[in-house]
Amino acid sequence: MRAATLYGLCGAVLVGLGLFGLIVHPQPLRKILAFNLIGGGVFLLFGVVARRGASAGLGGDPVPQALVITGLVVAFAATALAVALLLRLFQETGRATLRSDDSQP
Amino acid sequence: MAFDIGLATLVLGVAAWTIAARDTFAAVIGFVAFGLLLALVWVRLAAPDVALAEAALGSGLTGGLLLRASSRLAPTKGPAVIEKPSAIMRLAASVLCTLMSAALAAIVLLLPEPAPTLAPQAAANLAATGLGNPVTAVLMAYRAIDTLLEVVVLLLALAGMWSLAPDHLWGGLPGRRDPVDRDDVLTFDAQLLVPIGILVGIHIFWVGSVAPGGEFQGATILAAMWILAMMTGLVDAPAVSWRWLRLALVVGPAVFLAIGLAGFALAGAFLAYPESHAKLVILTIEVPVTLSIAATLALLVVGPAERAPQL
Repeated sequence: MRAATLYGLCGAVLVGLGLFGLIVHPQPLRKILAFNLIGGGVFLLFGVVARRGASAGLGGDPVPQALVITGLVVAFAATALAVALLLRLFQETGRATLRSDDSQP
Repeated sequence: MAFDIGLATLVLGVAAWTIAARDTFAAVIGFVAFGLLLALVWVRLAAPDVALAEAALGSGLTGGLLLRASSRLAPTKGPAVIEKPSAIMRLAASVLCTLMSAALAAIVLLLPEPAPTLAPQAAANLAATGLGNPVTAVLMAYRAIDTLLEVVVLLLALAGMWSLAPDHLWGGLPGRRDPVDRDDVLTFDAQLLVPIGILVGIHIFWVGSVAPGGEFQGATILAAMWILAMMTGLVDAPAVSWRWLRLALVVGPAVFLAIGLAGFALAGAFLAYPESHAKLVILTIEVPVTLSIAATLALLVVGPAERAPQL
């Protein structure tokens, strides 16, 4: 098995792990964190596709690599916005939960 | 290969820890370690440009952002325990996620052979861009429109974040000013590190045209240095309404767009560069874009206005 394939499998497991965290964690901050794990896994799959496309003296296909750099920046911007929304929710209500008020026990 | 197996196992172990850890703070620390390990994976995948971006942005700035959020949300630790999903829900989620991973793993194992690639085209046209780094060539020339839109997305995210400030704080100063001890080790560190870090950031940006690096990686390091200086009280955060700040934020996208439109006249298409001066045009875009990205990234970490504007 090639190293690229190994990291591809690693990326596949990461997506599953992140998705699990996104579903089961009640705290929104942990959901944001889990979402970033999914992102890491997806980017890794891109990296594997890039590595497999190595030719013309390049170690990998630069197009998916550049896409991942773009993706990292956008993921950061989305995370920052999500964190800001969460902190504002906490500031307004004193709670950091996704439950609506009428479902409170 | 043994190293790769060990690294992949470590990445998955740390990732599992960030999901399983009870304490959010511990989970965020795990996430930072995860990002750094992932940067190593990128090196193994022959993608040093991505490794730099992952270490600086995915691990560093995202980690800082989440750490700050976790410390502010520390008072909410207790009630979350009550909201834990039921055992059936957890079981269903784990089945779903295993299926998801299995499907992706199958796709990885069944990828077409030989792999489709654009590497030969990217290498063949490299000379026309005047650049030596094919990844930078993709970002700045072949797919420049992606980069233009990405810079705009950053600006939109910042506008969205700023608009979360309460009305009476609009135009004020972002973040809290924590009391700082001038004789603190952190302050001393910052005084030493910030000038060096700024040089490193500019270097990484500059070598990006021929070697691993580039505007995003360099801008992230510059942003980190500004954040460090703000954290230690060496400089205060600028007011959101400050005219020069607004100018620094939009100059990159504005120059990028202007040169893109000039492409119609000079080379016959949007974002087309005249071939004889491609490198000069690309640099003219990159310098203001790096400044704008650095400022935007730093302000995204600092957050919306939390102190009233000084009149």
